[in-house]
Amino acid sequence: MNAAAIRTQFLRKEFGPKVAVADLTLTVQQGEVFGFLGPNGAGKTTSIKMLLGLVAPTAGDGRVLDAPLGNVAARAKIGFLPEHFRFQDWLSGREFLDLHARLYGISNVKRETSIKELLRRVDLQDASERKLKEYSKGMLQRVGLAAALLNEPELVFLDEPTSGLDPLGRLIVRDVINELRAQGTCVFLNSHLLSEVEITCDRVAFVKNGSVIREMSLRDRIAGDSPPNVIEIELVVKNITPNLLRELAQFGKNVQQLNGAIHLQTENEARIPELNRWLVAQGVDVYKIGMAKPSLETLFLQVMGEDARAG
Amino acid sequence: MRGILTISQLTIHEALRKRVLLAALLLGLAFLVIFALGFYFMNREVVLAPRGPETQAQRALIYIFLTMAGLYAVNFLMVMMAALLPVDTLSGEIRSGAIQSLVTKPLRRAEIVLGKWLGFWVILAGYLALMAGGVLLIVYVISNTTPPNVWMGLSLMLLEATLLLTLSIAGGTRLSTLANGVLVFGLFGLAFIGGWIEQIGTLFANETARNIGVIASLLVPSESLWQLAAYTMQPPLMRDLSITPFSPASVPSNAMVVWAIGYTLLVLLVGLWSFKTRDL
Repeated sequence: MNAAAIRTQFLRKEFGPKVAVADLTLTVQQGEVFGFLGPNGAGKTTSIKMLLGLVAPTAGDGRVLDAPLGNVAARAKIGFLPEHFRFQDWLSGREFLDLHARLYGISNVKRETSIKELLRRVDLQDASERKLKEYSKGMLQRVGLAAALLNEPELVFLDEPTSGLDPLGRLIVRDVINELRAQGTCVFLNSHLLSEVEITCDRVAFVKNGSVIREMSLRDRIAGDSPPNVIEIELVVKNITPNLLRELAQFGKNVQQLNGAIHLQTENEARIPELNRWLVAQGVDVYKIGMAKPSLETLFLQVMGEDARAG
Repeated sequence: MRGILTISQLTIHEALRKRVLLAALLLGLAFLVIFALGFYFMNREVVLAPRGPETQAQRALIYIFLTMAGLYAVNFLMVMMAALLPVDTLSGEIRSGAIQSLVTKPLRRAEIVLGKWLGFWVILAGYLALMAGGVLLIVYVISNTTPPNVWMGLSLMLLEATLLLTLSIAGGTRLSTLANGVLVFGLFGLAFIGGWIEQIGTLFANETARNIGVIASLLVPSESLWQLAAYTMQPPLMRDLSITPFSPASVPSNAMVVWAIGYTLLVLLVGLWSFKTRDL
């Protein structure tokens, strides 16, 4: 029972000469909210498709909920919100959920109550009798999210779940993910909305060119464990002059302005009081000085390298 | 099995909701009305006219000829339905990605293909029952005539529809909607032309033409099934006269029926395998 929710080894997928996923080796624990990050074209969606049995790997193997990839019985415990959610758009929201619940083999009695509850959870009660083709993109995404939860899954794959959503919709998704975490459901979140991932995920993997190049725990990072040997100093002063920025280079590298503050990276905490003394001696008015948690975005760019930006 | 039934219900539901069936039904009813009027006036002004045929047997030949003409039109409409209704069902959902939410359910992929196949089969069988039943009923009410071996004939027509339906479903597992439509209609056309080449070859005792036709019928046995159905539903006298387009000069053998059933099963198995092994 304590097997990992997902465990893959050297999963590889080639489409003709193109390598979509090079060697995906990954372990996701049960009950974990896992973020799968990477620029477009990094092979995230192909990876999810392999885990779901939609696409057969060229090489490597993996187990999902302790069953081989694509196992039919295991799918009863898996929920999935596809990236390009295209559904049977001639059905109403309620009919759509009913269809998918029947495909999961959920009994008549249970279907009715769980559909009602899920419609409430994704805030679509009022639209439940309308046809899906009349739904907005965000509503489709929410009804798709509800469909992914019909079977009370042990593992949910959400492929870009917030891409079509307005801020309220995103809040719903965030709440749903938090509820799932509380229930011990494992969530595999594929997203490039880093701010969302930062709020919701326990752990993330960075994927580039179809391989995981770094895995890290976000909880630890928030507790203050920054990546080894890099400390980011955040500095707020009254007047930022070009001259000041130039001179700051003696205290660290990557000096840059970010949201009205100056950020620079150094290897030693002791540089902070040193810098403070120097600033005071220069007559600079200091409003704030301290260690900054590198945002996930900063980390993403660091891990991916500059070329990932255009993604 | 539950999965197959759910998918076939969905398929029928979709055809109803998208008004495809409504359109087909209205066209079908329009055809039946025209047929009924035509048959009624032909009966009153040709068959029962003072200078018309004198014996009941002669009259029956005309009635059955008209019935065959009606069933020929029904056959054509049914073939259109069989090829076109399912042409988009897999290719369209694969293209849009809607299929992803089905194949990630605890179902075998074969259940999705079989469910769609069954749903369309029920629709086609219902359509055939309504249209052919309508023609036969009109003929019976006006002329008190029923062709011989009706059940056998209708079963052969249903087999023809099943064959084309299966081709259309199997093609949709790999081809785009347009390519699939072109393929299924192309094959139907091949069988149709081949059937006529075979008949003409037989009439003029041209062995080459006849062989070409036989090969075409083996490649796609749909037209042979109609010819056999038409042959079966005519009284012996009419068959021997070979005076109508519905009395084939070269009668497809029973082996062709066995081949058509085997062919349909084979195409279905290829379709199941093709869908099972593809990336979605």
